[in-house]
Amino acid sequence: MINLEHYLFLGAIIFTLGVLGIFLNKKNLIIILMSIELILLSVNINFIAFSAFINDISGQIFAMLTLTVAAAEAAIGLAILVVFFRNLGSIEVNKINKLKG
Amino acid sequence: MVIYSLTFYLFSSVAVLSALMVISAKNPVHSVLFLILSFVNASGLFVLLGAEFLAMILVVVYVGAVAVLFLFVVMMLDINFVKLREGFLQYLPFGALLGIVLVFELGILYLTDRSTNIYNNQIPLEPVINEIENTKMIGQILYTDYFYLFQICGLILLVAMIGSITLTLRDKGGVKRQSIVTQNTLEASNAIEKKRAKLGEGIE
Repeated sequence: MINLEHYLFLGAIIFTLGVLGIFLNKKNLIIILMSIELILLSVNINFIAFSAFINDISGQIFAMLTLTVAAAEAAIGLAILVVFFRNLGSIEVNKINKLKG
Repeated sequence: MVIYSLTFYLFSSVAVLSALMVISAKNPVHSVLFLILSFVNASGLFVLLGAEFLAMILVVVYVGAVAVLFLFVVMMLDINFVKLREGFLQYLPFGALLGIVLVFELGILYLTDRSTNIYNNQIPLEPVINEIENTKMIGQILYTDYFYLFQICGLILLVAMIGSITLTLRDKGGVKRQSIVTQNTLEASNAIEKKRAKLGEGIE
């Protein structure tokens, strides 16, 4: 019997994996961006699970908003990463303070 | 009902395992591919929940655009990934502890009855034929109640597009470009220069 808690647990596990990805790969900017995508995916799972179990379509609209923001964030993040790599020749996060100005 | 449960466990376990591989794979290309697998399985879960439109959008937007963008950047940049993995094992015990605590706390939160039992009506296993379908329902509410949100989504995407173009645009030296303004404002008086050539010497 699958009910709301199952989906919420799945969202919690994926969210935690995303947070862990930021902790463990704290030098690799690409993996950090992918971890943020995972976190936003877990948010989407929660939105849609609630939307289905309350029988209210509004959750799916907000999931679309999350998706838009995730796509925009990925585009901007990767653009910053490309500029960063062009300037420094590496994507280590602890060198990112050189970007100031 | 059994098939529904089995499908849920199949999709969710593959999604969780591939999410685990995203953060632990040595090669970032593999990470991106596991990210794609995770998203595809999540879209399967969305179909199970009756959100078909969002499932298709997830496949199109994430797998078709975002993941391919990631793949493109990973392959385009020549990055020393071995050096970037330093410190992975060093933070692993602390990170694992933190993750277990986080999952435990969220689980405790969900298992308390107060938060979720008001929503626990069951979803229908088969879509009712007479009912209005998911895509139409989203369209009816998106262009009426949430119209401003829809417009703001467009604005966000526009800002993201302009931002990423301005960030990555650069002027290379030594490239000859056409300047329409200069061409159009050109007249015979400033374009042609008359010189008198001396006999036998020519013009420098």
